[in-house]
Amino acid sequence: MDLKELYRDVILDHNRHPRNFGRIESADRSAQGHNPLCGDELSLFLRMNGTRVEDIRFEARGCAISTASASLMTEAVKGKERAAIRELFEEMHRLLTRHDEVPAASLGKLAALSGVREFPARVKCASLCWHTLNAALDHDAATVSTE
Amino acid sequence: MAANLSPVASPALDVERVRRDFPILDTVVNGHPLVYLDSAASAQRPRAVLRAVEEYETHSHANVHRGVHALSQAATAAYEGARERVRRFINARSTREIIFVRGTTEGINLVAQAWARPRLRPGDEILISTLEHHANIVPWQLVCEQTGCTLKVAPINARGELELEEFLELLGPRTRLVGVAHVSNALGTVLPVKRVIEAAHEVGAVVLIDGAQAVPHSIVDVRALGADFYVFSGHKLYGPTGIGVLYGREELLAAMPPWQGGGDMILTVSFEKTTYNELPWKFEAGTPNISGAVGLAAAMDYLESLGLPAVAAHEQRLLQLATAELARLPGIEIIGTAAQKASVLSFTMKGVHPHDLGTVLDAEGIAVRTGHHCAMPVMTFFGLPATARASFACYNTEHDVSELVRALGKAREVFV
Repeated sequence: MDLKELYRDVILDHNRHPRNFGRIESADRSAQGHNPLCGDELSLFLRMNGTRVEDIRFEARGCAISTASASLMTEAVKGKERAAIRELFEEMHRLLTRHDEVPAASLGKLAALSGVREFPARVKCASLCWHTLNAALDHDAATVSTE
Repeated sequence: MAANLSPVASPALDVERVRRDFPILDTVVNGHPLVYLDSAASAQRPRAVLRAVEEYETHSHANVHRGVHALSQAATAAYEGARERVRRFINARSTREIIFVRGTTEGINLVAQAWARPRLRPGDEILISTLEHHANIVPWQLVCEQTGCTLKVAPINARGELELEEFLELLGPRTRLVGVAHVSNALGTVLPVKRVIEAAHEVGAVVLIDGAQAVPHSIVDVRALGADFYVFSGHKLYGPTGIGVLYGREELLAAMPPWQGGGDMILTVSFEKTTYNELPWKFEAGTPNISGAVGLAAAMDYLESLGLPAVAAHEQRLLQLATAELARLPGIEIIGTAAQKASVLSFTMKGVHPHDLGTVLDAEGIAVRTGHHCAMPVMTFFGLPATARASFACYNTEHDVSELVRALGKAREVFV
């Protein structure tokens, strides 16, 4: 297996310098994610404008994959409508679980995470932030777990 | 136990010969020869164990304690022979004190439900340590919920050693049961269990020792220790999974009710009154893991043929070498620096999450455990989500240590 497929430069960069890192005071929505297997912990903060995600920030303590995935996700969903985010979620799910899938063009930089699917033990690291985002969008406050 | 861990006069282990006994060590992982440094999670099996299991399954299998036919008698002889082998391995007084269980976890749950639950009352206390594996925490929490008794936890110091003074202060007339590990699975700390047992007995408490990480690395004599209950798993001792041992002093086991009902644990059954079987079968409802017991007995034969003192001395050399080598690497912090350790080296690398380390090492064919090691309170104590853990067994070599060091350098290149 090729580690460079997993730890692509984009991922290493977002791990070293996570974007949208921090909290939003008086966030409209927030959620906590937890991966008990790894101990990855993630908090998401959202400011909404109707059904649009106006701003999103995160705090995380986890591995390179979970940190980079959350960082890339915040960039991808900021300014997007909920319906568009749902579609991205589905595309990410396919990207992380289907071996023969060609990454959808709509994923943009998120496609850098495609290497994760060759490392089954790490898929949950990449998907944690997306499940947490779903929880934040569905409820005002929630905790999700990968287990 | 400490005496058994110092390099006492014992013939050196012929590691290359030992390695030839373990066929799995020929495995190629991601293009590299396997470097297996995860024996504290599960040790590999020597050919002697694989053969004993196959021999039993091929020529002797039937149900035990049931039929008059030849195979049933052969299976019963093999199973009860394994029990006698275990008795000798830990120097128990009688095979009535050797209960076969699925593993350490089941053994502790058995004691929790059949000894503690019927006896403990609100105000009673169970005392454990911060170092415990979840299997020696959660069963007692369940008993606390069921009986209203209280769980007390003795602290550790920054080296990962039990704070004996504070442990002794927490012991008192309310303490009914003490449950501690013999060796910490997360840090490798060897606990002063003989002292713990003596002190607990002075206040009239019963003591359970979680020996899962101790039996592969030292001669355990349950009578010399004075343990009331001692539990361990077969698969950390080069035996099969799904088999383990609960040792209990006979008078304690005799006074306990069965914990599961079914076949084999009864003498007579009627709808009016059922009478229970004698020890040890009272605690072995249902058809047991016969081939597992056979494999475990073969593992004990194998380990004794190598000589436990020689194995322990070998592992100590590797542990000391790895500790010194890792301490020289930039960004590496060793977690758990107790004066007395066995087999286990837990560590972190600055700027690299243990799971990323684990993936990079795996790409180099090196198996280590990463995570909280089912000991989340230990991780919390050190303020860490996880560590990487290398553990050493009879088949590991200095080359394995240098491969680990080399791959850690590679991980640093990738992430830092």
